[in-house]
Amino acid sequence: MTRLPQIALLSDGRRLHLQDGPIDLIVEARGRADAVRAAYEAAARRFTGLLDELCAELAELRRAALPAACSLEGTVARRMYAAVTPYAWDRFITPMAAVAGGVAEEILGAMLDVATLDQAYVNNGGDIALHLGAGEHFSVGLMDRPDRDGVMRTMRIDSDDRARGIATSGRHGRSFSLGIADAVTVLAATASQADAAATVIANAVDLPGHPAITRQPANALQPDSDLGARLVTRGVGELSRDEIAAALESGAECARQLFDRGLIEGAVLRLCGDMLVMGTKDIEEQRSRPSVLENAVDA
Amino acid sequence: MVMETTSAVADKIRCDACPVMCYIKPGAAGACDRYANHDGKLVRVDPHVILERTVSHGGKLVPFSRTEDWDGKIVHEPSTFVTAIGAGTTYPDYKPAPFIVSSEIDGVDMVTVVTEGIFSYCGIKVKIDTDRYLGPETATVRAQGEAVGHVTTSEYGSQMLSLGGVHHLTGGSKKEGRVTCDTLMDLANCKAVELTIDGGASVVVQAGQPPIVNGVKEERMRVGCGSATIGMFAKQWHGKVDEVVVVDDHITGVLSEHQAGKLLDIADTGIKMKGRRSTPGRYFQVADPGTGWGGTNISDPLAILGPFDAKEARPGLSMLMVSTTGEHSSYYVLDEALKPVETEMPADLKFSVERIQENCEPALCTVLFMAGAGGSLRAGVTDNPVRLTRSVKDALTRVTSGGAPVYVWPGGGITYMVDVTQMPSGAFGYVPTPALVAPIEFTMKLSDYAALGGHMDYVKPLSEVQNGDDVRQLPWQNPIPGLRA
Repeated sequence: MTRLPQIALLSDGRRLHLQDGPIDLIVEARGRADAVRAAYEAAARRFTGLLDELCAELAELRRAALPAACSLEGTVARRMYAAVTPYAWDRFITPMAAVAGGVAEEILGAMLDVATLDQAYVNNGGDIALHLGAGEHFSVGLMDRPDRDGVMRTMRIDSDDRARGIATSGRHGRSFSLGIADAVTVLAATASQADAAATVIANAVDLPGHPAITRQPANALQPDSDLGARLVTRGVGELSRDEIAAALESGAECARQLFDRGLIEGAVLRLCGDMLVMGTKDIEEQRSRPSVLENAVDA
Repeated sequence: MVMETTSAVADKIRCDACPVMCYIKPGAAGACDRYANHDGKLVRVDPHVILERTVSHGGKLVPFSRTEDWDGKIVHEPSTFVTAIGAGTTYPDYKPAPFIVSSEIDGVDMVTVVTEGIFSYCGIKVKIDTDRYLGPETATVRAQGEAVGHVTTSEYGSQMLSLGGVHHLTGGSKKEGRVTCDTLMDLANCKAVELTIDGGASVVVQAGQPPIVNGVKEERMRVGCGSATIGMFAKQWHGKVDEVVVVDDHITGVLSEHQAGKLLDIADTGIKMKGRRSTPGRYFQVADPGTGWGGTNISDPLAILGPFDAKEARPGLSMLMVSTTGEHSSYYVLDEALKPVETEMPADLKFSVERIQENCEPALCTVLFMAGAGGSLRAGVTDNPVRLTRSVKDALTRVTSGGAPVYVWPGGGITYMVDVTQMPSGAFGYVPTPALVAPIEFTMKLSDYAALGGHMDYVKPLSEVQNGDDVRQLPWQNPIPGLRA
């Protein structure tokens, strides 16, 4: 092999940085020193060649995921496919919608195969796979107003929660979005499932036909985009409060359906400074499906 | 991102930097955001900007070579300076700044603390070279109908606007804040912005470009006020014309009455000016301000003259009327009734008008970004923020913004101004606060950095940043910040 990924510890000496082509991972494991070392070695080993593995099936991964017709062979590719098939019945979706989460999950899995760790995460550009030993927890901060002390909202993920994946999708990210959400953050059982669901919910935050929203065919921007000629959001002009609320509600309705189907554990939707939170742990205990519209900027 | 054009499809290239093998359109980047199609060539365009000191103009992005993959070493040869653009930031900045970089420059072990500052206290001072009336002092300046600033003082040949500031960014409605933030960011990123002034003009402002006032592009700055123009050109007019009026919104000059004319023994002409006479040959308020002749509202210059005095005037007397930029000019000869009749201008007077034009510098808009580095931003640099302020004041620490030199205001805090045209393109961003994100670098000796309580354990060598695959190189003409010329 002529091309090797970049593998290095960050300057803090704790976190591992893995990069190859478009994949950029920050990895951290906590536990006994020898376990952490073994886990990092396993992560680096699994990462080497992973991009080539995916690219060998890239053409297929860029095609619509037809349910019950999977010809993919790679483990990551099959995981991506599995994450998107719940959505493939009634809409266009390709396994690429879960690529970032799928890779994060694979690397975390390789680490846990060889080492017992207290905690670990693999962060693939905001799509994160988590490991929590018994009694451990992660605090995940959502930051909306960076000028104020502290995070806007903290989600605590305990070891007895189901969520082991976090993903964020929206029109400002590296991938194109069919919707107008600034960001949709999803908690789900796995990173690949969170990734796929975040994509689907972000697409649903939309005001179809609104004149202030500019869209372009995806393949006019990236000739080989898996979205083909589908219109992707390029700009969002001024929206009224009612329109913002309507677009968020459209995304929230989608999120509630996914929540009821057990596909996600919770979601936070953000658009033009307004935010909508649904289905966090506390809400789940109340067995209701409330959605709280709050204005994050005027708060 | 480029707009789609059908002809451009042929120009897409295939990147072979990794097995994804992206097709990339001109002006667009591949899936990794690391490689892009720049005019049909594959180039690295990584998010972290490194300015490369190039001796000659016109340096380029480092081309990607197929045979010999670029490993970042090319930046070792010329001295490099790491800017804060793309460094990212955390806020509040109790954490060390995202990159704290040490590098050797001319044998001095330097430290550059690289951060992107989030500035609520920031704004833009615009200098618009024009004699045209833009609006009354303190009038509100609007963008998209929202108040984003105000008209401040007139300066030599120009009008100043003060835009942004915390009051418009966060003190008004949400829309006012957002529009102000957009306006500041566009101006700072050298984009054109249309502004309207209450009770005044509409003006398109773009850093380094001529202003466009009420749809008319301003060509040049006036050479001086009307009186000054008389003084400068009196000798050249002497003997070629009997009277000259230089029309100016501020001080209109009249050759025969002016001290310069008296010295040349130019005879009285019986001219009667409207307006308020200041000293001989100098008139205030000959007309209302406007976008006509010399920054007045007139299109017919004879409107500022009363009837000629029959005791002094005579038929056949010649008169040149010209604006302070030479942009407007007319030549008249008095008829039997002592009425000025417009006549073709003699060649040597045309020459003098062209001379006025030639002496007017090109009219430009200049945009200075002004911001204050708050305590928490400074805390990202050092444990003891005030020591950084003192170090800057003592000239031990050099402040730059995107590698461009800044002027640091005397007094408390680190409040600085920078010419946005000196900064790399796209240097500014924003957060939804709304507030602007601007690069800011502090450069000092490593020993000074340690002495002021720097985050020494976070200092990393320049090579580590350069080899981190997250760098973009830009040509750079300025001297390396931190080095005295």
